[in-house]
Amino acid sequence: MRTQEKKKISSRQKSEFIWGWLFILPTMLGLIVLNIYPMIDTIRQSFYKTGDFGKGNVFVGLDNYKKVLGDAEVWQALWNTIKYAIVEVPLSLVIALLLAVMLNKKIKGRDVFRTIFFLPMVVAPAAIAMVWKWLYNSNFGLINNTFHIKVNWISDPKIAIYSIAVIGIWSVIGYNMVLFLAGLQEVPRDYYEAAALDGANEWHQLINITVPLISPTIFFVLVTRIIAAMQVFDLIYMLIDLNNPAWKKTESLVFLFYKYSFEQSKKGYGATVVVVLLMVILLLTVVQLIGQKKWVHYD
Amino acid sequence: MKKKISTIVMYVVLAVVSFTMLVPFVWMFLTAFKTTAETMQLDPFVIVPSVWQTQNFGNVIKAMDFVRLYANTLGMMALRILFAVLTATLSGYAFARLEFKGKNIMFALVLLQMMIPVQIFIIPQYVMVSKLHLTNTIFGLVFPGIVSAFGTFLLRQAYMQLPKDLEEAARLDGCNIPKTFFYIMAPLTKSAMVALGIFTAVFAYKDLMWSMIVCPDNRATTLASALAKMNGQYSQKYPELMMAALISCVPMIVIYIIFQKQFIEGIATSGGKL
Repeated sequence: MRTQEKKKISSRQKSEFIWGWLFILPTMLGLIVLNIYPMIDTIRQSFYKTGDFGKGNVFVGLDNYKKVLGDAEVWQALWNTIKYAIVEVPLSLVIALLLAVMLNKKIKGRDVFRTIFFLPMVVAPAAIAMVWKWLYNSNFGLINNTFHIKVNWISDPKIAIYSIAVIGIWSVIGYNMVLFLAGLQEVPRDYYEAAALDGANEWHQLINITVPLISPTIFFVLVTRIIAAMQVFDLIYMLIDLNNPAWKKTESLVFLFYKYSFEQSKKGYGATVVVVLLMVILLLTVVQLIGQKKWVHYD
Repeated sequence: MKKKISTIVMYVVLAVVSFTMLVPFVWMFLTAFKTTAETMQLDPFVIVPSVWQTQNFGNVIKAMDFVRLYANTLGMMALRILFAVLTATLSGYAFARLEFKGKNIMFALVLLQMMIPVQIFIIPQYVMVSKLHLTNTIFGLVFPGIVSAFGTFLLRQAYMQLPKDLEEAARLDGCNIPKTFFYIMAPLTKSAMVALGIFTAVFAYKDLMWSMIVCPDNRATTLASALAKMNGQYSQKYPELMMAALISCVPMIVIYIIFQKQFIEGIATSGGKL
């Protein structure tokens, strides 16, 4: 009896082992070929100088990294990327949270508002960028002509990156809002009723009840939005052409990566730029993971 | 009284935001049917085209083979959905419900892929496609999306939420592992599969850099990268540009409005990766 049971268990274990590996095999093979090997290869390439015209690549050790650290264009691109993220992420989060709080109430037209706010999420950034380029046009654009102003939204080097960040905000608030709404649905209504009885106004309710209770969602959206914002490319690629005077002040790190790797065929240097981007993103994420202990409440 | 004011303020805010969200789309639509002269006229500023220039549609279709672009884009989306859902369903089930040696290390690789910016994979992926002489093909477009680490994670979550006794009962009835998976467990994760499908479709449709790199040819590329090309060529012809943008986004918007509940819920459950 006992040996029979043992045998049964071990045959079950055996079949879980076989089927388990068979089931994950396609995914793991794909991940190794498409992601794990490429990651290692990109890091390897960052130690090489790409050979000219069919000549082999040359191992240069840390030279690419030294060059990156002394490359003013890379530092400018990092700074541009950070400027974009600093504007896009907090503003899109705050606006989305306020909208989510409003739509979390039982109001008329809730679904219509939600559908409208989310709309930019299903449109390709390439199309969005084209429309906004036209809205921003300094001579004939809708914005300047409606307000009778003459602002060079995307060709003034001082403001171009912020104009692009505005498009980023416009594109993403609906998405952030949907994530916040999902978080808000888990907040019990009686918390608010109790607070209202105590005379707390809506602002106090937002700061003292809503924000702490959905802090895990806020944290999740914050981390993922920062990662996404640090990879900004499409909008900048579409809006800023080569003869735009704001070119140097809007190039992002991913843009530089694209330029070096695919327009100038300096794959080694492009790989170095993207490894630097990876390290910056990892650093930002780790800092947030440590910082969350101060303000995120899980229970 | 105070409550009434705050309700009014709320509706005003919601209306203003809605207006801001819609104006770019309305402006794209109106511009798409204007003449270039109308777009450059300031006094009076033209809002609605005096004559709707429907031939703009034909001109743009002639300049860029949009039928072809749509076929490429939809083909890429469909194949990516098929592969991602298929592989992620299998691996998600194994990671959630089976015990086997090496599972944790493999799952760590899945999580690692999810945390790393995609640009780090692009150069070697491109080199592979180009060594296989498969640039400018649908295979090239689909290639990075054949498997989905994120989908594996999403499906694993879905399987973990299913009750344990279902499987126990099946096992006592003598169901083996593939049968239990196929007939009992997989059908219960349909909503997660739909979420992954929608996520995969939107992600593939929006992506610009990969299709520009791997399919630079006008006839082989996707809508997004064709728009990028037109953007460079037609720099001041805004009616044509807006018509091209309109053509490339209207079907997606229509599908979204019809299935908005699935879209929004799908994106909300798959959250954070777009």
